[in-house]
Amino acid sequence: MRPILMKGHERPLTFLKYNRDGDLLFSCAKDHTPTVWFADNGERLGTYRGHNGAVWCCDVSRNSMLLITGSADQTAKLWNVQTGSQLFSFNFDSPARAVDFSVGDKLAVITTDPFMGLPSAIHVKRIAQDPSEQTGESVLTIKGPQGRINRAVWGPLNKTIISSGEDAVVRIWDSETGKLLKESDKETGHKKTVTSLSKSADGSHFLTGSLDKSAKLWDIRSLTLIKTYVTERPVNAVAMSPLLDHVVLGGGQDASAVTTTDHRAGKFEAKFFDKILQEEIGGVKGHFGPINALAFNPDVFQAEVKMDMSGCITSTQITSISRFKTPNRYMVLLIFFPLFLFTDFLSRYQFFPPFSPF
Amino acid sequence: MAMEEILETASRLGIDLSQVDLDSIRLPPGEDFGIKSDDEDLNEEDRLEFDAGFGNIIVVDNLPVVLKEKFEKLEGVVRKIYGQIGVIKEDGLWMPLDPVTQKTLGYCFIEYNTPQEAELAREKTHNYKLDKSHVFAVNMFDDIEKFLKVPDEWAPPETKPYTPGENLQQWLTDEKARDQFVIRSGSDTEVLWNDARQLKPDPVYKRAFWTESFVQWSPLGTYLATVHRQGAAVWGGASTFNRLMRYAHPQVKLIDFSPGERFLVTYSSHEPSNPRDTHRVVLNIFDVRTGKVMRDFKGNADEFVVGGTGGVTGVSWPVFRWGGGKDDKYFARIGKNVISVYETETFTLIDKKSIKVDNVMDFSWSPTDPILALFVPELGGGNQPARVSLVQIPGKEEMRQKNLFSVSDCKMYWQSNGDYLAVKVDRYTKTKKSTYTGFELFRIKERDIPIEVLELENKNDKIIAFAWEPKGHRFAVIHGDSPKPDVSFYSMRTTHHTGRVSKLITLKGKQANALFWSPAGRYIILAGLKGFNGQLEFYNVDELETMGAAEHFSATDIEWDPTGRYVATSVTSVHEMENGFNIWSFNGKLLYRIMKDHFFQFLWRPRPPSFLSPEKEEEIFKNLKKYSKKYEAEDQDVSLLLSEQDREKRRRLKDEWDSWVNNWKKWHEGDRSERQRLRDGEASDEEEEYEAKEVEVEELLDVSEEVLAFEE
Repeated sequence: MRPILMKGHERPLTFLKYNRDGDLLFSCAKDHTPTVWFADNGERLGTYRGHNGAVWCCDVSRNSMLLITGSADQTAKLWNVQTGSQLFSFNFDSPARAVDFSVGDKLAVITTDPFMGLPSAIHVKRIAQDPSEQTGESVLTIKGPQGRINRAVWGPLNKTIISSGEDAVVRIWDSETGKLLKESDKETGHKKTVTSLSKSADGSHFLTGSLDKSAKLWDIRSLTLIKTYVTERPVNAVAMSPLLDHVVLGGGQDASAVTTTDHRAGKFEAKFFDKILQEEIGGVKGHFGPINALAFNPDVFQAEVKMDMSGCITSTQITSISRFKTPNRYMVLLIFFPLFLFTDFLSRYQFFPPFSPF
Repeated sequence: MAMEEILETASRLGIDLSQVDLDSIRLPPGEDFGIKSDDEDLNEEDRLEFDAGFGNIIVVDNLPVVLKEKFEKLEGVVRKIYGQIGVIKEDGLWMPLDPVTQKTLGYCFIEYNTPQEAELAREKTHNYKLDKSHVFAVNMFDDIEKFLKVPDEWAPPETKPYTPGENLQQWLTDEKARDQFVIRSGSDTEVLWNDARQLKPDPVYKRAFWTESFVQWSPLGTYLATVHRQGAAVWGGASTFNRLMRYAHPQVKLIDFSPGERFLVTYSSHEPSNPRDTHRVVLNIFDVRTGKVMRDFKGNADEFVVGGTGGVTGVSWPVFRWGGGKDDKYFARIGKNVISVYETETFTLIDKKSIKVDNVMDFSWSPTDPILALFVPELGGGNQPARVSLVQIPGKEEMRQKNLFSVSDCKMYWQSNGDYLAVKVDRYTKTKKSTYTGFELFRIKERDIPIEVLELENKNDKIIAFAWEPKGHRFAVIHGDSPKPDVSFYSMRTTHHTGRVSKLITLKGKQANALFWSPAGRYIILAGLKGFNGQLEFYNVDELETMGAAEHFSATDIEWDPTGRYVATSVTSVHEMENGFNIWSFNGKLLYRIMKDHFFQFLWRPRPPSFLSPEKEEEIFKNLKKYSKKYEAEDQDVSLLLSEQDREKRRRLKDEWDSWVNNWKKWHEGDRSERQRLRDGEASDEEEEYEAKEVEVEELLDVSEEVLAFEE
């Protein structure tokens, strides 16, 4: 196992996304420039320049032609993946947070944060086939929930939108009328901010991670709770293996408290759970800060991506990790070191921390 | 009104409640239609609490009866007397007049700011002689009603029929010979079995808000004590935890059981209402079974604060230390230049006076015998040496004394059987700039109590920890100045040197700063707490070998179970993260771990001492194989059962999941055409469905035959 360190970002990473073929990896960070990398060797392919604020989220179209990004500069932008040119900019009155293309890539959902008295909102935009015909008009705007919406994704057949955020409630909305269809139960649901949401490969269920130190698996149609994974750390990021019944949880102590403690106290390991049995089956060490995002490579030679607070990215081919019973996988480790905090610490630390020998 | 009633009424009247916006209903002001508002309910409860509080009022009787002209003078006198004791409330002094004769009635009421002041005033002025014919009779206002109810004629007390109590030691008869422990996390307090075979705890009893500050087992494990604002309570019983007794002591802070559980000492300190005064301290000694106060001690905090070296303020707990072993015969406390020893027959000082020892600094009881060890520091700038002496109680004879020179500090460690006493002596070097440490070892049970001096090989080593082997003859010392200190083991008797202390081994460079012997002896944990982040080394002192090493990251507490079979390490809420506990086997195998946020306490339930004689124990030890067979078979059964259960559970989960997935697939299949339409006719489903399969491929590469010569 040899992690590839992918350096490029200068501020903490916020989001990761593979394209459908699994050959490209898109990364977002607080440093204004989303970046695309070759997934298999970690080489940087290019950047998307134009944002003027932290980029929180991105999504790539099925044919890998179109990229959408949501940023704190109060815009969501459409990009040409190949050329890196900006195609369109949706302007809002508050920072954009989550973005997601619908099935068929004809619609996109964009959420905006509560800002200067404006409540948070979910916007649905039509994506034109021809970028020159693109307009900024909203097909639908949903307002209502309190607090920031951290993630919004499309439900099956684009009929619903699933959102979750600071108020710890997972909601399903009708994407035609904007009516609230279902809300997660207070008893069984999350107790603190939901930080991340990830759909299964077939779109039948989704996983939410929360600061209440748990992740929960939900039925995407009925919003019934299927599984709960309990861990020892606040969960910032979740991912589900497209191939095996594994889920990965990443997180850790808040970044502001990181320097004050031993790295073990922070719980920055990524934890693997058996999706069905809800048992912890392993962990991957190697981070110095909380993990902010995780992604699995959808390619059959699957890869996992994890990352934390700073700008280096590592990736490795694993020939055998028998403990996970998944031979021939790619694993990508993205590590962002907050250099301004850790210059002294880094020099003493072995740069590629030992991947636990299985 | 209960919700069901409302629903019933609504259905009778044909109203669909879900369509009714309850907030829009406005009742005419002042009319509630017999429906009580929730808020009013709350108010009523509050009022009830206020009603009871007359604790700060006293009634002074036997005052002179005076005419109206002298009223003010008398009031002045009374105010002067009672104003000294505490702050009388404004309009808090009321002396009623007879409306006919216009004379006082010979009594008055005084209201103080606090019940404590009222209590103090009652104590101090009851039987106060104002003059020959007027002796005050002072009572609490709350008590008057009680006194009025006393019948004038004596009636013989009813003899209650005897009801047999529960077996308070039921937990010892557990078939699986498990031990119990109590944990406190968040607002919950829980008693659990340590089911090490099943690798999990088994709940016994759980209660939220069981205690207001902490819980504590009695020394023999019979009771669990909880501490509340109003006092302490003990709980126990055969199958569950019932309240057995309450001990009223307002604002109790600390409690302590006598070693034989006969008595409970409770302690509280009270802010004075005048900030210049010192804190008042109240100590009660209760009989645990009857709940009666056997003796109380009240006084200024100063009287109970004893010198510790240099600026240690506050009361050192326990104030009363119990001596004379499990019989609870004596208890003692240290005062300025005295040690007061009380006995529990009469709860008075032995021989009616304390033992006078000038400048006594510290004392400790032998755990088994009525012997006191005292330490007196150097006096007169070194002219009078420091000394450690052993005093026999109740005779108060000095059994043995040792003078020590240029001592900076002393600490006493008794071995659990009272066989040995080790005194750690810190001495100044010649320059007086630094100190070095040695030990004085007393053999209490031998004739004339021989004393031996032990110095470490490197005299300048700092002593980090010292611990006797329980019931044994060995002790362990952590010493050294480097970040990784050494650990040495010594024995008070070895085959070659009976009657001489000898070193067994020194382990170099250990990450340890605390020692935890197994209560059965023989095994010890060298623990690195705090700075070492919870390093644990399980060491066998018989074989002088390490059995296992482990880490419980940022562990704060370590406790052996009373049998010495298991160890609990816990991270309590001093740390924000990692709260919870681990259970280990004696040799360092992690059995299970439980995480709990806001984890405060972990305490094993103690066991009373074994009834087996040492000979019998030896016999069992010799024939261990015979006895252990039964338990090994049980262990085997349990582990088979467990793995069967586990398999069953896994199968069930798997089946549930599969049925869910199949259900989904049916839906998904139904949506196929719709999905295809959304993707502009692209049939996308197939390529997304792949499955992981493990395929084994065997390939025959080559076959060759070879004849080998077979040699004899």
